[in-house]
Order: sequence, then structure tokens, then C-alpha cells
Amino acid sequence: MALLEVVGLTKDFGGVRAIDHLDMHVDVGEIVSVIGPNGAGKTTLFNLITGMIPPDEGDIRFEGRSIVGLRPSQILSLGIARTFQNVRLFPEMTVRENVMVARHARTRAGVVSALLRTPRFRREEAETRRRAEEALAFFGPRLVGYRFDQTAVSLSYANRRRLEIARAMASDPKLLLLDEPTAGMNPRETQELTELIGKMRDEKGLTILFIEHDMRVVKGVAERVIVLDYGRKIAEGTYDEVAHNEQVIEAYLGRRATA
Amino acid sequence: MAQLARVGARRAVQLPLLDGFVWLVRVAALLAVVWGSYRSLTSGRLTPGQWRDLVVIGLSQGAVYALIALGYTMVYGVLRFINFAHGEVFMTGTMAAFFVADALSRTGLWTDQVWIPLLAMLGVAVLTSTLVAVLLERVAYRPLRGKPRLIPFITAIGASFFLQYAFAGLFGVDVKNFPPVALFEGKLDFFGFRFLKTQLLVIGSALLMMGFLYAFVEKTKTGKAIRAVAEDQEIARLMGIDVDRTIALVFAIGGAMAGAAGFLWSQHFGQVSFRTGFLPGIKAFTAAVLGGIGNIPGAMIGGVVLGLVESVSPSLILIGLGIPAAHQLKDVVAFLALVLVLIFRPMGILGERLAEERA
Amino acid sequence: MAETVRAVPREVPLGAAPPAFAARDITLRQVVRNGVLAGLGVSFVTAVGMVQAFERRFIVSQLSLDYILVVAFPLALGYLAGRPPPVLEGFEAPRLGAKNVLAGLLAGALAGLVLMAFVGIFGNFDVRDVFTNVSPEALARITFGEGLFEGSLAMLAVQAAFGALGGALNLVPERPRRAAFLAAVWVVAFGLFSPLVRQVLDNLGFPFLRYMYRSVSGALTRTGAVAVFVLFFVLSLVAKGSRLQAGERFRALPESQRRVVGGLAILAVLGLLAVLPHILGNFLSEILNFAGIFLLMALGLNIVVGLAGLLDLGYVAFFAVGAYTTAVLTWDRPEGLAGTLPGSIRWGPELTFWEALPFVILAAALAGIIVGTPVLRMRGDYLAIVTLGFGEITRLLFLSTWFKPYFGGALGVQRIANIEVFGVEILSPQNFFYFIFGFGVLAVYASYALQNSRIGRAWTAIREDESVAEAMGVNVVAAKLWAFIIGAIIASFGGAIFAVKVGSVFPRSFSIEVSIIVLVIVIVGGLASVPGVILSAIVLTATPELLQELAEYRFLIYGVLLIFMMLKRPEGFIPSRRRLRELREEELAQDAWLRAARAQREREELAEPVPGS
Repeated sequence: MALLEVVGLTKDFGGVRAIDHLDMHVDVGEIVSVIGPNGAGKTTLFNLITGMIPPDEGDIRFEGRSIVGLRPSQILSLGIARTFQNVRLFPEMTVRENVMVARHARTRAGVVSALLRTPRFRREEAETRRRAEEALAFFGPRLVGYRFDQTAVSLSYANRRRLEIARAMASDPKLLLLDEPTAGMNPRETQELTELIGKMRDEKGLTILFIEHDMRVVKGVAERVIVLDYGRKIAEGTYDEVAHNEQVIEAYLGRRATA
Repeated sequence: MAQLARVGARRAVQLPLLDGFVWLVRVAALLAVVWGSYRSLTSGRLTPGQWRDLVVIGLSQGAVYALIALGYTMVYGVLRFINFAHGEVFMTGTMAAFFVADALSRTGLWTDQVWIPLLAMLGVAVLTSTLVAVLLERVAYRPLRGKPRLIPFITAIGASFFLQYAFAGLFGVDVKNFPPVALFEGKLDFFGFRFLKTQLLVIGSALLMMGFLYAFVEKTKTGKAIRAVAEDQEIARLMGIDVDRTIALVFAIGGAMAGAAGFLWSQHFGQVSFRTGFLPGIKAFTAAVLGGIGNIPGAMIGGVVLGLVESVSPSLILIGLGIPAAHQLKDVVAFLALVLVLIFRPMGILGERLAEERA
Repeated sequence: MAETVRAVPREVPLGAAPPAFAARDITLRQVVRNGVLAGLGVSFVTAVGMVQAFERRFIVSQLSLDYILVVAFPLALGYLAGRPPPVLEGFEAPRLGAKNVLAGLLAGALAGLVLMAFVGIFGNFDVRDVFTNVSPEALARITFGEGLFEGSLAMLAVQAAFGALGGALNLVPERPRRAAFLAAVWVVAFGLFSPLVRQVLDNLGFPFLRYMYRSVSGALTRTGAVAVFVLFFVLSLVAKGSRLQAGERFRALPESQRRVVGGLAILAVLGLLAVLPHILGNFLSEILNFAGIFLLMALGLNIVVGLAGLLDLGYVAFFAVGAYTTAVLTWDRPEGLAGTLPGSIRWGPELTFWEALPFVILAAALAGIIVGTPVLRMRGDYLAIVTLGFGEITRLLFLSTWFKPYFGGALGVQRIANIEVFGVEILSPQNFFYFIFGFGVLAVYASYALQNSRIGRAWTAIREDESVAEAMGVNVVAAKLWAFIIGAIIASFGGAIFAVKVGSVFPRSFSIEVSIIVLVIVIVGGLASVPGVILSAIVLTATPELLQELAEYRFLIYGVLLIFMMLKRPEGFIPSRRRLRELREEELAQDAWLRAARAQREREELAEPVPGS
């Protein structure tokens, strides 16, 4: 069953067509990778799905209903969470608080109950805290313990990426969008994260759509690969299928030759 | 939920509550304008001549706003930064012009060769404002380039108050009256519109200066450099443009225009004090937003529109709505204009340059 | 500082011995620049009349505030002139010595020369028509009354001497230097606030008062000054480390004990507050009350600006709404006259303060929504100017003839009823103190409670990155509106108290300047830091009340403070606890990172190369 369906999606940026009548889908429990040369429209696709920019044409359906026109926060509460290509954390907040923010859509406490510190408020606060720490514990010992109270800016680059993923996971998504999750990581860290992506699906039951440049990651974990070029889908299939597709090779190599 | 989302929805259907509120304001504003104008015009309280006078007042007032607005708009166009202290840059020029006028009014020149003192006033006003603007950029803003937007903005608020009260401390807190210029006394008629000579001077010189500025920015090499820096600082730097110098130049031009506005102000209103810059500064910013900030012709149109709105609408709309002593509320009208413009057409009349910048 | 650590180039092999490049040393340019700046600074404070205004404020013995100000410039800038530039790791720090002192001396002398030129020009040409404050008396003052030439030579010597002293400070190790600086500041503070200190010490029965202060001028005696200096020098040497340690130890305690200790600390503070107005006496309590009203507003604005990052420049509007709502609802309408006199206010239900309070809250919340809604989608700087516009609109409407039948126009609303608490009318400054600080405690509590809650995290997230906050599920619209509403309500409490305390309200009390004062308090206090805001509210608002000669230069100083804060310390003088911790932790984390990176490199050299890399 399709969890996410994209139909005829189109987006222009002042004459430049970033996404061009794109059709695609992601089924429940799948791990799908979106690849393509720079400027192929991959991040734009994520921005469109999460409602950060409105599409010009086409429809995006999540669990069968259209989510076009919803605010990003509404889309998140339906169950789509994302990370960003250029890690965007809340730098002055602590590691734990960063993740706790993502529970906003799943909690209800308002101003009055915060002021009165009602029992319900305390319970919810403790629960939020627990869930945040749980999400952080997914990455082993890296983000726990004394790290909880460190500010996000003080983390190393790889840990910032992990924190961002933990933040997205804490919002109880059904679909997780990862934008180049291994960019800037060394081979060992990349390998580890590749395994974790599999684990997210197997243990947490998440469906994952990710953008990646590192073909070893794509090969290692993606069950299906969608190749974008100039905002169009030029190929789709398993890694081996697309890796031998003429058009894909041309998109990558042809571009490289002229560059 | 499902009916919210249409295939191909261009605009995000967001915040129904907020949108409802905005629509309410929109309708109320429109009703107020139409009903008020209708009542005023049918009541015949003002003669056509009086209406025309109001228009002339608005035009000349708007010309001064437009000149000051150029400084906001150019700096914004290049740095995406609101120079809150720009009103004070205008005030320093006006103040400098006063001291020249005060000194020269006691000499024979003032009566015999009044052009010389006037040119001296203009020159000194332009020079002072330019200098202050460039110094401000160098001392307060340049070290903060690239910092989060609010940090230089708060600095600019500090600079605004510093300049106001430094001038109060240096030159006294009293309101200073310019000596009258005999040459500019009297009126002229054009097509049934009565202009004071000073009003003509203000409108004419403002038009002239803005024409020059527009030509400068569009046609010259330096102008091209400014536009390049506005487009993308990094690429401009790679192209061999001295970005720091270009930005300083932008502040200098804005300062010069403010200085010129100061001179015209002195002939139009005849008064200056350390507070003179604050309100015109904010209104000029309003004018810049009204016309589309970052847009030079926009500043001009925005200035004129704001001047007209301010002078005409209390009599036209507010009195029609039965509000007593409506002229007291002309500043309210100006600020409301800002709020309404930002709600309904945030890109301004002519459109903001780089509109996608506003997140 | 952290910068020196951060500047480590990644390429430098971490294991290798650092190459001993000599770092940059002080330059002539640096000396000239600071010297000229000092000279211009002194000339400027003379020209705006500060020197003359401060000449009767004696600080220590015969030394008055103007001379302290005049020598502070060469001292500070002499220090900067003689300060070596920051040293990058791997470079050898330049040796300190006579040249640093010499640089300070030169800068000071240069300052003296600039001042000499200033005196020369203004002494020989009469420009009082233009520069109203450059009087012969002012010039005589900065030339020690010794004649323009001889006097300015003497001043040059003084400036050079203090410049040299400033330069020499670079030779003193950081800790004693800092302690000495703080101690000197305390001496000036003790001299400046002598009426306050003397009153407090007197009420406390302090025995050595007459040795410490001179009875007529109120200045510290030399003995007093030395005593204060030594006391604070020692204190700051000892206390700096232990204060941080105390904080650490407190956080290390188990939850239950921490609650007890925290509770005790709060009780101690409340106890101190309870006796404070009696120690201070009427006059000083009155000033403190004034500061307390600003404190309330600052706490409210701290939520809007500090937590949510919404720069509201029209904050005074909410203060005005609170004051006018209270005034209109509680004013004492003269029997039989109401509505009959021309120009008088028509309406007045004559509620008590407590009956009016719910309406005040309601009106404030409504005002918050009215101001907040249109600006929700606006970017920070636009928001600032539009809120400023709303502030002015509010004031102008209260002033207008249109609303005169309700708000009294320029005449305002008078005869506002007093407050009764448990049958006691609050009239005396001491009672008002309790009343205001009751509200203050509430506002502090609200600040902390909201900061550590769902909504508080949402505010901070919006401040840090609005679009990511939205993408992470934060309802940005609702959170921003709540920030405006809460801020508005807290400010309206300030307004309500203000109205009752003064007994009347006039539109001119609600000018843009009030918004700016509150903004300066919040920024100087350190955005989002509640203790910082409390301290800066009291210092920044009480000082101009206590020292009338400073009041004239209030906004000049505020302007400089804002610029200085943004250029040098955007985190505020008293950063929030987290940021303080972070400043220390960043260094630790960086060290750990360096060590880990080195270990990693070593491991990778040993391990087989990873395929494909």
C-alpha cells in the first residue's frame, strides 16, 4: 500500500523548472533512495513534501489524502518528519531540548497548565523528556549522558547529523525523509549510519525516503532507487537496475564530462 | 482536511483563523475608506480649492519623505538591513544647514546674493549627512556584517538614540528656527493648484535629484557595481568589485540624499531640533516599504503616496467617519498605512527586489 | 578565550611539536587609533557638557566624577593600545615589556594632544552659539583652571600618565587585573551611590561610617576608598572560582536536596526583600518602586524578545493599555459633575483595583492579539518597525480628541483610586514596594515556568530557526501569539501599578522612549537571562533617578550601551546560566575534540586503509 504518493508534481523557480511533472510513490515499510546529480531537484522535492514551499501543480498524498496546502507543522503531525541537507538544529538549545521540541505536535500542555504546574503537565513533561532521551539512545552512547545538557553547537559534525535524525524520529513519524544523512561523515561513520537506517525500519517500523550521494549507502540499504535529473524521474528500480541504466550513466557522466 | 487541499493549489491554504481576521481587516478598511470619502465629498465641507491645497501639501511633504526613503531603500537593497538611524542622518544635515544659515543670515549675502548662502547650506547639509552615514557604516555596521539580522538592527536603534542625544548635548535641546528667505516667499498658480514657492522648490529639486540618482545607478559603471553587490556580494567580490567600498558608497549616496532632504526641509518647515529626524525617518521607511523596498523609483512613488495619504485622508476619510479633530491623527494614518501595506501587499506598489528574501 | 582555540588550523599535524612562529605584535596603527579615539572621547564628553555636569559629584575625597571620566578614556584605550593581538595556537606569544607601557603612554599623549587641539580651537574662538555646552568654565575645568595652554599641557601629562598606566595593565596577569578592575569599579560605585550606601549602612548600624564617607560632599574618604578597594579586590579574587563551584555543587546534588537548598535560597531572598524597604527608607524605596515597574515590563519583554526572538519596539503600548484600563475603571468620579463639565470624562464605573484587574488582563490580552496578529508573518526587522508604529498609534489615540470623552485627551485621567489589600490602603512607598515585588515575583516565576515548558521550548526554537521549528511541528502562529499575549499581560500589570501609584495617567508618559528603556534593560541584562534582567532593570532605571545629572545623558548612554553590547557582547553582561556554562564547556569540548581527533588519526594510520576512500 502506498504511504506517500506524488502525482504530476511541478515547481518552478522564476523560470527554472525544479520539479517537472514528477510521479512517484513510497510504500509502507520501504526504504527508498532518491539520487541524481546536483541541482536535480531532490531537496526541492523534500521541501514540497513537507509543505515548506507550495507546489505549482500536482498533488501529494499521504495515506491516501492530499497534504498540499497544509502547514509544515500539520504535515509533521500527520507523520512525515525530515532532516536537512545542511544540518539545521536549534544551536543554542541543549541536545535534549532539541529533540523535545519535536514532541510539540504530540503533546498538548498549554500556557496555563505550565504556569500552574498541574499533575498532567508534569506527567507530560516527564514523558516528553523520556521519549527524547529514548530517541537519542538510538545512536548508542554518542548522544546520551552528559551530552543531554550540552548545546547543539558544541557537537561534532557527525553528532549534529545524528541529533537531527533523533529529533525527526522523536516526533513519531510514519515516514522519515533524510536529506543526505551521511554527508560529511567519514567511512566508518557512514557505514554505521547505513546500518542504522536499516534498523530504523526493522525495529521502529519507519518508512524511509532518503537523498544520498554516497552510492555505497544507496547500494547498502535502499530497496528501490529513484533517479532524478532536471526535476524529472529518469529511472527507477533496484540499485543494480538503475546503475546500468543508460540514461542514468549519461546524466552522471555526461554532466561530469562537460563540467 | 481533504477539501482544504486542491490539486494545484497555488497558495498554501494556511491558518483559516488568521486569514479570516485579515479578511475582516481588509473589508473594514475598504468600507471605512469608501464610506468616509463619500460622506466627506458629499458634505462639501471643503471647497475644491482646499482639496487642491491638501494635495499640494501632500506632494511636497511626500517629496521630502521620498528623498529620505532613498537612503533606506538603497541600503536595504544592498544589505537587506534597515538603517534605523537614517532619520538621524537626515537630522544632522538639517542641523548643519541651520548653523550655516544662522551664521550667514547676519551678513549682507543673505539679502543680496541669497543663492550663495543657500548653496552653502545645501553643500554643508549634504556633506554632514554623508559623513555621518559613512562613519556609522564604518564604526557600527561593518563589523556586524553577516551577523543575524537583528544584531545590526539593534545597533542601529542604539545609533539612532546616540545621534539624537549627542546632538542634543552638543547643540542644545531647543527648537531652532531658520531665517526666512525672501526669494521663496509667495505663491504660484499652476492649473488651479496653488503652490508656495518653497513647495515648488522641494518638489522640483526632489524630482531632479531622484532622476540623477536613477540614471547614476542604471547607467554608470559604479551603479552597475552597486547592483552587482546587491545581487550577490560573493560573486561581486570575485568579479573584482571592492564590496566594502561599494557598500560605503551606498551609505554615502543615501546620506547625501538625506542631507539634501534636510536642506529642503529647512526651506519647507523652517525648524529643526534633535528630534527632527525620528518621525520623518520612520515615515520615510514606511514610504520605502510602500513603494517596494530596494526599489529606487518605488521610494519616490511611496514617498508621494504617503505624503498624499497623510495630508488628504484625515479630511477625506476620518472626518467623513465623524471623527473629531482628525488632523491630530495624521501620524496614526501614516502608521496604519504601513501596517496595512505590510499585511496586504508586503512587496509594495512597485514590488520589492528579491522578494523571495522575505521569509 | 574560545577564539584562540577555534582558530586552530585543521591542517596542523596534531602530534607534531608546534612550529614557533612569532605572533603579530602591537602596531603603531593600533597605538595611534586608540590614542586619537581617547582624545576624541574626552573632547566629546566635554563638548556635550558632561564634564561640567559631573564636577560637583565627588567620588573619593576631592576627586569628582568628571575627572574620573576624563582619565577613564586614556586608561581604557591605553590598555587597548598596549594589548598584544590574540595569539593563535602554534605561535609564540610576543614578550610583554616596556613597549606595552610605552604604547599606552604614546596613546595617552596623543589623546592629550587631541584634547589640546580641542581646547585651543574652542578657547580661542567663541562658538557658544553653536556648541552650547562648551563654556569657558568647562574648558577651565579640563585645563585645571591653569590657563588654556599651561593647563592643557598639564592635562596632556595626566592623559599620558593614565595611558601608560593602561598600557602597563597588560603586564599584570589576568586574574589580579580583573580583580583590580572590578574593585576600582566598586570604589566608583560606592562613591557614586554614596547617599544610598550611607543610608543603608546607617540603618544597619554600621560603625565606621564617618571614617568611610565625608559628611559634606558625600564622597568616600581616602581610607574608605582604600578599604573598599581592598575588600572587593580580595573578594573578587576569592569569589570568582567559588561562585562557579557553588553552582556546580548545587547542580550535582540529588533532586530532593536540591529542592531544599533551592527553597532555602528563595526564602532567604524573600526575607531580604521583606526588610529591604525598611533599610532603604522612603526616598530610596520610592526609587526602587520605580525600578520595579520597569522590571515588570522588562520581564515581560524578555519573554517576547529574549525567548521568542520577536523584537517588539512598541512594548509601551501594553503598558499604556494596562494603565489606562485601570485608570478608567477605577477613577473616582466626582458626584453629580460627571459628564456635565465640558471636556470632562463621561464614564467611570469606579471599580476597585482588584475588580478592575481581570479587565486589565483581558484588555492586555486583546491588545496583544491585535498587535500580534498582523505581524505574525513578518520578518524580525519589519516586525520591529510595525510594532513601533502600533506603540505610537496607541499613544496618539489616547491623546486624541476622538477618545477624549473616555481617556481625557492630553489632560489624562486623574483621581485614580488607591489599592486596598486586606483592608490596608497601599500608600506608603514601603507598602508599594511589597505590592510591586509581589507582582515581580509572579513575573519571575512565570518566566521560569514558561521557559521550561512546551511553549518555552517552542519560543526558543522559533527564535533559533523559525522555519525549522515549523517543520518540526511547532505551531508557530499560536506560539508567537502567546508570546505577545503573555508579554502584554505582564506589561499591563506594570501599567496598572503605575497608574495607581502616580494617581493619574497622561499620554506623554507612554512615549517610544519607554519602549527603548525596556529594550536596553533586556539587552544589557542578557537576552533570556532573568537574573541579568533583574539586575540591569534596577541599575539602569534607578541610577538616573538617584543621580539627576546623569538623567540628562540617559539616552546618550543607552545608545552607546546598545551599540557596544551588539559589537562586543551580544550575549549581555550577565549571560544566562546556560550560555555561561557553554562558554566554559566549549573550550572543554574543543579540547576533547582535539584529543579524539589525534587518537582517531593514530588509529587510522595503524588500521588498514578503508576500501574506496
